[in-house]
Amino acid sequence: MSEISLAQQSFLEEKKRQRNWVRAARILLFLLFLVLWEGAARTHLIDAFIFSSPSRVYNTFVGMLLDKSIFLHVGSTLMETLVSFLLVILLSLLAAVLLWLCPLLSKVLDPYLVILNSLPKSALAPLLIVWLGANQKTIVVAGMSVAIFGSILTIYTGFSQVDTEKIKLIYTLGGTRRDVLGKVVLPSSVPILLNTMKVNIGLCLVGVVIGEFIGSRQGLGYLIIYGSQVFKLDWVIMSIVLLCIMALVLYSLLQVLERRCQRHV
Amino acid sequence: MDPLLTLSHISYSYHDLNGETTALSDISFSLEEGRFLAIVGPSGCGKSTLLSLICGLLEPSEGEIALNGLPLKQASANIGYMLQKDHLFEWRTIYSNVTLGLEIQHRLNEHTRKNVDDMLETYGLSSFRDSRPSQLSGGMRQRAALIRTLALEPDLLLLDEPFSALDYQTRLSVCDDIFGIIKKEQKTAILVTHDLSEAISMADEVLVLSRRPGRVQKKQPIHFEMEERTPLRCRNAPEFKDYFNLIWKELNSNV
Repeated sequence: MSEISLAQQSFLEEKKRQRNWVRAARILLFLLFLVLWEGAARTHLIDAFIFSSPSRVYNTFVGMLLDKSIFLHVGSTLMETLVSFLLVILLSLLAAVLLWLCPLLSKVLDPYLVILNSLPKSALAPLLIVWLGANQKTIVVAGMSVAIFGSILTIYTGFSQVDTEKIKLIYTLGGTRRDVLGKVVLPSSVPILLNTMKVNIGLCLVGVVIGEFIGSRQGLGYLIIYGSQVFKLDWVIMSIVLLCIMALVLYSLLQVLERRCQRHV
Repeated sequence: MDPLLTLSHISYSYHDLNGETTALSDISFSLEEGRFLAIVGPSGCGKSTLLSLICGLLEPSEGEIALNGLPLKQASANIGYMLQKDHLFEWRTIYSNVTLGLEIQHRLNEHTRKNVDDMLETYGLSSFRDSRPSQLSGGMRQRAALIRTLALEPDLLLLDEPFSALDYQTRLSVCDDIFGIIKKEQKTAILVTHDLSEAISMADEVLVLSRRPGRVQKKQPIHFEMEERTPLRCRNAPEFKDYFNLIWKELNSNV
């Protein structure tokens, strides 16, 4: 690229302007929302006791930052989410490989997986508490339960959609079914795996919060439930804001990972 | 001398819920070392199935396939199979793509590596060793796919419409290219194609299969009066038209 023509230059500038405009509009929208919220609370258009306000959320956050209790809550929710996310990825990958290796097994299990996948997992949470007790293990299992069945189905579908000619190639080169798995099926499923991860991180967070609602003494889910019971709605709204930020950060991290993988392919 | 490959009375049927279909019926032919056989026939006559049988991916319902006089399963001979598309893996470099077969058969050693290096050098791909397949042209990709097959040092080469995914112009030059490589490496080859001109321009003998169930309808030896034969020159030779008409008539005789 030595010389860029004028037309190309103006095209690039136009694109850049558009990008900047979108970014600015996003930030403005956010600020507008904050200003309206704060303004409505200050002028008593809405009841700040129930709807809170940005400044109250901020003060609550700083307060909990100072007494360090926020680290406990954010830390345990984050930890539980990460653990259940990693377990979901590992287990669903293993399960999908197993299903791929035994097509008969996958035929037998298919309806069960579909039912378990569509089951509202919040229905399981009370049972899990009774079975496993009110501890972090239960929360992790609750987080996993939301994501794992869909994850198995998606990864397995990805496996079975691998080009049959590519599989034939491995056989013509004298390979076995294990070579097919290792040389074609797994590598070509990397994009699907990354996509599943992006979906799963959100689902695990949902499951963990559901679990914390019912059986926990710490975590943002606990803070939401406890806050609503004692009418400390500043806690509730601050926790929701923190959950939003957490979801955003986790998702962005996976996006970075995805981009790095794509560069390698 | 014994022929390299002998098929005697091969039949093949496949089953599905709608019933049994006979794809190939009573196919017999033999192929001597160093020869180039082309198989043509209407689509769906079981040409590709025949290659899968020879390669051992499928078992014939009846009949025997022998390599160097031994039944296929006991024969130690190596068979290389080249598919319609190159199927180079985008997640591997060109070098690790062409060594894929060696990797699978655990035969990556100094000798085979050198062999691959030499072929990459000879066939103009050595500067693309570390490139990704998407950076190569269609013809180069096909060449890489051939090197992947040849890296296993096959005694017999099976080509399943290897040029059909290419556009016409590329096809003619890649055809010349691949033919040159096969002749230079002195390989015995079977080419399956639906393109008559391709078959005539490359082969020493053309086998015409009938409609399903495929039978051997005609074996047509091909001979061109020229010193250094290339597919492109054959296409311009006076005999070409005659062979074309002969086989064309044969193909259409039982429609």
